[in-house]
Amino acid sequence: MDLATTINGQEMHVEVEPQELLLDFLRERLGLTGAKRSCEVQVCGTCTVLVDGEPVSACTYLAADAHEREVLTIEGFARLPDFERFEEAFVCHAALQCGYCTPGLLLTLKSLHDQNELRSEEDIRHGLDGSLCRCTGYWSILEAARELAG
Amino acid sequence: MTVLERSALAEVGLSRPRKDGREKVSGQAQYVGDMEMAGMLHGKVLRSPHAHAQIILVDPSAALELDGVVAVLTGADLQDIEPYYGHAIKDRPIVALDRVRFAGEPVAAVAAVDEATAEAAVRLIEVEYQELPALGTLEEALAPNAPKLHERRPKLGLFHGLGELGEQRGNVCYRHVIAAGDIARVRADAAITVEGTYTFPAVYQYAMETHATIAHYHGDGVTLWANCQHPFLVQAEIADLFGLDIGSVRIIVPYLGGGFGSKSYTKMEPLTVALARKAGRPVRIVNRVEESMVTTRRHGMRCWMRTTAAADGTPLGREVHFWMDTGAYADNGPRVTATAADAAPGPYRWHAVDVQAECVYCNTPPSGSYRAFGATHLQWIGESQLDEVARRAGIDPLELRRRSLVAAGDPVRPDGTGKPLDADLVGDVERAATAVGWGEPRRRWRGRGVSVGLLAAGAHPVSRASVRLCSDGSADVYVGTTELGQGPRTVMSQIAAESLAISSDLVRVHGADTRFTPYDRSTGASRSTTIAGLAVKRAADSVAERLRETAAEIWDIEPEFVGLAEGRAVFSGEEITYPDLIARRFGFRGGEIIEGGEVRPTDGGTGSYAEGPHFWEVCVAGAEIEVEPDTGEITVLRLATIADVGKAINPQLVKRQDEGAALQGIGNALFEEMRLVDGVVANDNLLEYRVPRIADLPHRMTSIIVENEDGPGPYGAKGCGEGALAAVPAAIVCALGDAGVPMRELPLTPERVWRRIQEVTKPTSAKGSEDD
Repeated sequence: MDLATTINGQEMHVEVEPQELLLDFLRERLGLTGAKRSCEVQVCGTCTVLVDGEPVSACTYLAADAHEREVLTIEGFARLPDFERFEEAFVCHAALQCGYCTPGLLLTLKSLHDQNELRSEEDIRHGLDGSLCRCTGYWSILEAARELAG
Repeated sequence: MTVLERSALAEVGLSRPRKDGREKVSGQAQYVGDMEMAGMLHGKVLRSPHAHAQIILVDPSAALELDGVVAVLTGADLQDIEPYYGHAIKDRPIVALDRVRFAGEPVAAVAAVDEATAEAAVRLIEVEYQELPALGTLEEALAPNAPKLHERRPKLGLFHGLGELGEQRGNVCYRHVIAAGDIARVRADAAITVEGTYTFPAVYQYAMETHATIAHYHGDGVTLWANCQHPFLVQAEIADLFGLDIGSVRIIVPYLGGGFGSKSYTKMEPLTVALARKAGRPVRIVNRVEESMVTTRRHGMRCWMRTTAAADGTPLGREVHFWMDTGAYADNGPRVTATAADAAPGPYRWHAVDVQAECVYCNTPPSGSYRAFGATHLQWIGESQLDEVARRAGIDPLELRRRSLVAAGDPVRPDGTGKPLDADLVGDVERAATAVGWGEPRRRWRGRGVSVGLLAAGAHPVSRASVRLCSDGSADVYVGTTELGQGPRTVMSQIAAESLAISSDLVRVHGADTRFTPYDRSTGASRSTTIAGLAVKRAADSVAERLRETAAEIWDIEPEFVGLAEGRAVFSGEEITYPDLIARRFGFRGGEIIEGGEVRPTDGGTGSYAEGPHFWEVCVAGAEIEVEPDTGEITVLRLATIADVGKAINPQLVKRQDEGAALQGIGNALFEEMRLVDGVVANDNLLEYRVPRIADLPHRMTSIIVENEDGPGPYGAKGCGEGALAAVPAAIVCALGDAGVPMRELPLTPERVWRRIQEVTKPTSAKGSEDD
């Protein structure tokens, strides 16, 4: 079926299979591998991308549902001016280890930030409860997020 | 000892930002599942639905007819090789041959042009099974009439490392015994006896990146891109399996999306290589989570323990008998069992101990390494018994530990073998206790606990590394340690930079590629900074020596008078930059200085398990908890972990490692459990298998770095990042015991805790908690 969508600011018209997942579309067709596959049941958040500014799990989101919407992946976010603050916060607090969950976490934080839902410690804990990280134990992520909120 | 020697460390001890930080934050870091190569096929595995069955027939013909299918691998394709592997015991066929021994065991595999086709083809393979009774539990596997899961006498693996295998009795694939002193006499003399039976569940490591391998079998051998922790051990096993020279097997390891032991030793690599060999094209296999859950896990365990003590609480004897469910194949079970046996007595001055450890085959998915294995299994049991001794003797548990812990320099193993203690445990546990408010008044249903343990660490101490100083004064470090998130690329750059007297910004550390990277045994057992790091330091020191020699020739002085600072050789007011030195050495603006460094077992040792460990990793934590009596729910109020690292090369990374281990400890203590029903994993997904979320963070969490420079690594460093995982569950169990709820089963789910509260609050059983 016909998909008209905007990926990282670039408009495109492509044919997709009705059952094609957004994650496969991004990773396999476009080579945008920053979104990772892990749990496949919307628990872990490693595949998180933003669709019209909202975080979605690309592992359970159909590519076709991105029709006439704007998708932002980590590759696109990394080219935006506000990325630098996020990058600094994460690098400075060593809020990453293996890095597998990091793109999804950053996009989730960006969405919270843009929607002014990153005001307090409670906001952060609530907003990040759908993002798993097995390496860091979250403390460093909390510190990085506090800095972004502050 | 020249006057020019720098007095302070310029790189070591600083929290340099992660070398891989920007690459990972921006999504550019590549993992195996992100990589493709020309002509690459996608592999999918057909796995057994039965925990135990005879294979009557495997018919791939319908699968082969599907468009896009290139090859189907079955047991019939393995007739030209000896198809069994296993680094400890060669008991595992690449795909099941005549019998499946666990639900999830690979039976066949398909290579096709895309994943969807491969998946569809897998469903078309016809397999006829004849189900056999499954030995789904330790009890069933150990029953006197239980069938033997492995009738063929297995050969020792290439890296067994624990001596010869004894006669296999029933389904016990490995036994480890530690005995010292006259246990019967000590038992007879004891005034206090604490005894119980305990269970530890199977746990999933959950590295967020699942197992992934690309294999390309070609005329010159085989090349793999694999997310393995120990590329050189995998290389040797693949060479051995497929009859290739070691050098014909090339393993390239990019970033790993977590490991925690789940990617140690050989996992999906043999199957991927066999499929690529059959297909004649490169093949990539990326597991789904449910597949990785049956690829490896932590051993479930049953344990009986008895601690005896004098009336004043002085520990006298400890008897331990435990059984590890290693699953259908040994994997790292023998080593896990031996390490657990080492951890079983706990670091106290015993008069006698008797540890009997058995590693048992069951019709369950194979168990292997998971961070702090062995210590995590045993520490909570021993420490909760010690607390019970303290309660009965009427003394403070911290005071009992102060009086009874092994001191630095004294033997750890009760039989006096192996490395003596290289840490100050009393100092460590006092820090942890203070951090959780030890001695402060507390409310009912709150409790505090401390726990102390040791983990035999370092594995086999063999690492090589090389350091190359380029003609522009920047440097490359080649070291086999794999980057699984723990930060070796940053730490190694600091170690090399310190020796070379340059900024770590100028040092690049590369991923392992067995074709070019010097040999390193493995990435695990907290060995990288300590052992591989020392190899890097030695290599960099040698490069520095060449620089001094070159400068000495120019200045016509002895090399020891040449100082190195900030990328320059200096002597008496004169200086030459490294690029100029290298240019002078080779006569043009090119060339390089490259040197190697080596660590091997010292003093004529073999590095054997009996001589080891290379160092003892400290497992010390304190916890303050509150339990809700009406629901059994536990809240961790304060948690303190001790990173006793000898010397923190990068303090921030040490702390971050320690925090990560602590939270995995909370998961292992409070809710992580693979539910095995007749050997089948009933919760093989992240909805039902719960790992810690940000909401599970304790209210207060302290990671305390202790630097006594008492480790065998560079600058007195010793490994870290595992100890907290063993220490935290133990501290939480001890804290719960302090709150009046002694537990003998993990995880501490609300239901279990609530039931226990009902038992212990019944007036008749209030004192009976120690007798099962």
